Amino acid sequence: MAQIMFWEAVRRAHDEEMANDPMVICMGEDIGVAGGTYKATNGLYAKYGAERVIDTPISENGFTGLAVGASFLGVRPIVEIMSVNFAWLALDQLFNSAAKVRYMSGGQLTAPVVVRSPGGTAHMLGAQHSARMEKVFMGIAGLRVVTPSNPRQAYGLLKSAVRCNDPVFINEHELMYNMKGEVPDNEYFMPLEGSEVAREGRDVTLFGYNISVHWCMAAADILSKQFGIEAEVIDLYSLAPLDRAGIRKSVSKTHRAIIVEEAEAPVGVGSEVMAIINEECFFELDAAPVRVSAENVPIPYNHTLEKAVIPDANDVVAAVRKMFGK
Amino acid sequence: MNAADKKRLLREMLFARRFEERCYEAYVERKIGGFLHLYPGEEACAFGVLEAARPGHDYVITGYRDHVHAIKCGADPKEVMAELFAKETGSSKGRGGSMHIFDVKHHFMGGYALVGGPFPLAAGMAKAIQLKGGDEIAICFLGDAANNQGTFHESLNMAALWKLPVLYVCENNLYGIGTRIDRSTAVVEQYKRVAAYNIPSAQEDGQDIEKVFKAAQKAVKHVRSGKGPYFLELMTYRYRGHSMSDSNAYRGKDEERMWSKRDPIIMLRDRLIESGDLTKAAYKTMDTEILDQIENDIIAFAESSPEPRVEELHKYVFAENDPWVKGAARGGDK
Ligand SMILES: Cc1ncc(C[n+]2csc(CCOP(=O)(O)OP(=O)(O)O)c2C)c(N)n1
Ligand SMILES: [Mg+2]
Repeated sequence: MAQIMFWEAVRRAHDEEMANDPMVICMGEDIGVAGGTYKATNGLYAKYGAERVIDTPISENGFTGLAVGASFLGVRPIVEIMSVNFAWLALDQLFNSAAKVRYMSGGQLTAPVVVRSPGGTAHMLGAQHSARMEKVFMGIAGLRVVTPSNPRQAYGLLKSAVRCNDPVFINEHELMYNMKGEVPDNEYFMPLEGSEVAREGRDVTLFGYNISVHWCMAAADILSKQFGIEAEVIDLYSLAPLDRAGIRKSVSKTHRAIIVEEAEAPVGVGSEVMAIINEECFFELDAAPVRVSAENVPIPYNHTLEKAVIPDANDVVAAVRKMFGK
Repeated sequence: MNAADKKRLLREMLFARRFEERCYEAYVERKIGGFLHLYPGEEACAFGVLEAARPGHDYVITGYRDHVHAIKCGADPKEVMAELFAKETGSSKGRGGSMHIFDVKHHFMGGYALVGGPFPLAAGMAKAIQLKGGDEIAICFLGDAANNQGTFHESLNMAALWKLPVLYVCENNLYGIGTRIDRSTAVVEQYKRVAAYNIPSAQEDGQDIEKVFKAAQKAVKHVRSGKGPYFLELMTYRYRGHSMSDSNAYRGKDEERMWSKRDPIIMLRDRLIESGDLTKAAYKTMDTEILDQIENDIIAFAESSPEPRVEELHKYVFAENDPWVKGAARGGDK
């Protein structure tokens, strides 16, 4: 198993899928000649040519809709939207066309399109470049949403997303492209639905996804070493649908749950996981579940304020200690 | 435009150039963070157009390459720099950053980060001006690549339909980040695209401020007289990368050299020297004064200003003490 960077994992999945199927194309702003803002399509333009690696105009709703239309006729487009903030512009085509067409055509038509986009708060990018939009995508019937937390998932999820017959939105993170991790040398497909146990524990479950998995892991380490609390970390890499069985299983074991999200709390992953816990295993709980979320403000430019908005491992540790009265 | 005007504009443009170059340094020193898009090379566009309009009175809006437009509208450069330094004294109180300079008291209505976002906002401001019967106009500066957003066409249609007093200025620097215009845009000459909406338009050399000024005078006159929108395309070039994270690797050195020979500041300076209205020594003095002002006045202010307080993180999310929100004003049947 090789250690590669996140962007290389995404690139490799593109490359293999394009080599495997001539109907796989990719498109987006500056992805071709320039190789992509985060190098996710680096070198593919030279290899597959301008017909299949397409530099688009700055027309997000237009080119996403174009990809959806192409997918009606058997093309398998992988669309890169340069930043999730710009995906707002493409929501009409994604939600109104891609997500609904199978249903409203009574199953005649499907839109097997993949849209990948980096979100999250990076560093001082300000209110219009720091969106955490997963909450919006995950509430739309007909759209699958996955969010990788490491290179292996980034590779395996994109591979499956390209082959899957539903539209899939892949929520990546601006800060994670240079993260290294092990990716199988052999071709590998990750199931689009499910969750992963990132760390086993018996005392409390920390639910994370994407970057917050890393805060949970760091917190679990501190909790074990300094406070004798063994936290289980569940990686909710599929946000739509969420893994109800996985959530139930872990909470039934630890009887305590903390959900950690980079986004602000209202209408988010935290509230959704809490609702699922409520529905699936309320009587297993020893304590009321807790959310660790961002402050509910647009992201400020000033870095001190920015840091105050976004949670980190220390906030997770503090929430667990409070829950245990330690 | 007389010699005194030209000399003043030369100074303003040189100031803008030095201001932006100092931003570059401050970014390298990590005093400025986030995305930073600089304006060197394009100065004659903002100064030429706004000189022909009424900055501070007309409403101006643009994208993320916004420092210079704000300053020409009347924003205090100290406050703009303080904003870039993320300070409480900044024009957006350290909350906005480089892409979001706002100075509403000077009718500079902001920098926006989403490509194409300001097109309809400008049309909306023009609609408000029309409703209120004012003599202001709305001026929207955006890049060439922005014209491929749907908002461009939607806004042009509404502006033409309702004869809105809005001037769209296209700063055509031939690139949208790394993609050259002919690789993204079917009709390369932007001024032609608006013909579909019956909007009068012109293309002008954006490096020659006198030409820009003249073309803008005509455009502004048209818009202010109530005849509806106008579209002015200015051919220009940015010297640096798209933002600080862009190396310009996609551009040919020949092309860059060719444009650097058409520098808007040098061209105006040489013209003034030739006509005997400026000496080389006077230009040098002007430059030194500007550099001193930037260092001793502007940077010093930004450096020494306080940061915003974390206790005030939630300030500016919503209106404060709004009676319509908390139930102070109820009405209805008793
Ligand atoms: C909706 C949206 N899509 C993409 C981007 C990323 N982006 C920022 S600037 C830019 C290029 C814009 O080029 P142009 O309009 O010509 O303006 P210039 O930067 O050349 O002045 C792109 C693609 C964005 N900010 N917003
Ligand atoms: Mg441009």
